[in-house]
Amino acid sequence: MKKFVTFIAISALALAAMTGCGKTESGTVSTDGSTSMEKVIGALGEAFEESNSGITFTYNPTGSGSGITAVAEGRCDIGLSSRNLKEEEKAQGLTETVLALDGIAVIVNPENPVNDLDLETIGKIYMGEITNWKDIGGNDLEIVLIGREAGSGTRDGFESITGTEDACQYRQELTSTGDVITTVAGNPAAIGYASLASVKETVKPLSVGGIVPSEETVKDGSYVVQRPFVLVTKSDTKLSAAAQKFFDYITSSEANEIISSAGAVPVN
Amino acid sequence: MKNKNRLMENAIHGIFLMLGLITVGCVLLITVYLVISGIPAVREIGIFNFLFGKKWASTAAQPQYGILPFILTSIYGTAGAILVGVPIGFMTAVYLSKIAPPKVKTVIETAVSLLAGIPSVVYGLVGMMVLVPGIRIAFHIPDGASLLAAIIVLAIMILPSIIKVSLTALEAVPKEYEDASLALGATPIETYFRVSVPAAKSGIAAAVVLGVGRAIGEAMAIMMVAGNAPNMPKMFQSVRFLTTAVASEMSYAADGSLQKQALFSIALVLFLFIMLINAMLNFFLKRSKEK
Repeated sequence: MKKFVTFIAISALALAAMTGCGKTESGTVSTDGSTSMEKVIGALGEAFEESNSGITFTYNPTGSGSGITAVAEGRCDIGLSSRNLKEEEKAQGLTETVLALDGIAVIVNPENPVNDLDLETIGKIYMGEITNWKDIGGNDLEIVLIGREAGSGTRDGFESITGTEDACQYRQELTSTGDVITTVAGNPAAIGYASLASVKETVKPLSVGGIVPSEETVKDGSYVVQRPFVLVTKSDTKLSAAAQKFFDYITSSEANEIISSAGAVPVN
Repeated sequence: MKNKNRLMENAIHGIFLMLGLITVGCVLLITVYLVISGIPAVREIGIFNFLFGKKWASTAAQPQYGILPFILTSIYGTAGAILVGVPIGFMTAVYLSKIAPPKVKTVIETAVSLLAGIPSVVYGLVGMMVLVPGIRIAFHIPDGASLLAAIIVLAIMILPSIIKVSLTALEAVPKEYEDASLALGATPIETYFRVSVPAAKSGIAAAVVLGVGRAIGEAMAIMMVAGNAPNMPKMFQSVRFLTTAVASEMSYAADGSLQKQALFSIALVLFLFIMLINAMLNFFLKRSKEK
């Protein structure tokens, strides 16, 4: 009997966790969208709930596109997108607010003499048009392309910035940032990409078009391999009191530290 | 009094039956769930395109869902692991049960037990840090993450189950068989391979089944050393197994999308494979017993 009760309790919890973007009532803030923003929005939600005990925060990781659709259809308070809104999306009455920026570092092994590549060359490398490091000033080694698995936000961001969507000739598709860094650190011919905040000393981030990736160059926009973390809201409808409070909190300077520690560059 | 006893007996029988049925229930639940969630994608993609398609590009603008590379990789990888692991494991078992002095036996048996207890993510990590760079340097290839690395890791992972089960089978062979053979003038080695091993045949076959089962179902360690690019299997190429195909994309696939459904279909294919292997070996075991 006890088992049964526990089972019911667990099922109820699981169901509650799965509902995610439910209806908007007072006292709840529902967000829906980009999986890349999971860390940032999760940390912000946690901090917000801590200081506002009456308000429940939910986040449904569905992807940028689904998040934008969800907010347009009123299924959640705030949509999360790791790309800017398209013109036709803005025309649907949606407003974007940039919460933070995320730099993607292009990394190589520290033994690699190459220090700088431009965006076009990176694209050519990933599409398999340049296959040897000696063609771009490195050693005579075949380039080993390390990437992330299909669906990863970092992969999506990298491919769209370098214009290599669905065309990358990956040698390895790894499932975490840590694995990418470990692999690149262990192979002198490897090139990979990872969120700037997670890059460690075991690998060397390349400068892109002469610009070294750092919090400053990401923020002023000169480092181009970056993408925005965007909050999407409806232009004509007002947010509920709780959602407005959350929105104000995460776009205030108070939240900057949390955003930085979650690996992104705050802009507000 | 007697009635009360009988009631008690019946009640306990009932409870035991229920506990037994939990396992059956789990198997049924998983089977039904997999079939229900795996069928729609196969229908939509077409069974031929799904099973024999050579290209997997689940998130491309024009998605393609062909899992032939995964199927072949899983088959080659498992076969490779069996080819490497079974001879080593089998010979170790023969040595341990018949030849090894007691002290050596204790040491090796402890080591084997420890090997069995190592979590697969640790195998993967060591493989990633040592084996993959090792293969790259040894074979002068640009990158060591390959089918070969996966086969080596799998072969090591299946060793404990093969050694332990074969060992039990070999030790269960009646001493009289061996004594008779020795008395007839056969050398010890002849006795082990002509008498003990055939007598333990079904147990050794069971060891191979366990090995196949563990190898084909392993995901974590493989994901870290095989590279995961959906290529057709080649020894020195990055490859993706059925298990890793499901594991690597599941976390990002949107609910209800064709991609997620296709991942369930892959799981269904894997499930059918394991069923098929079990059924096949059961059949062989039964036949060898009837002889």
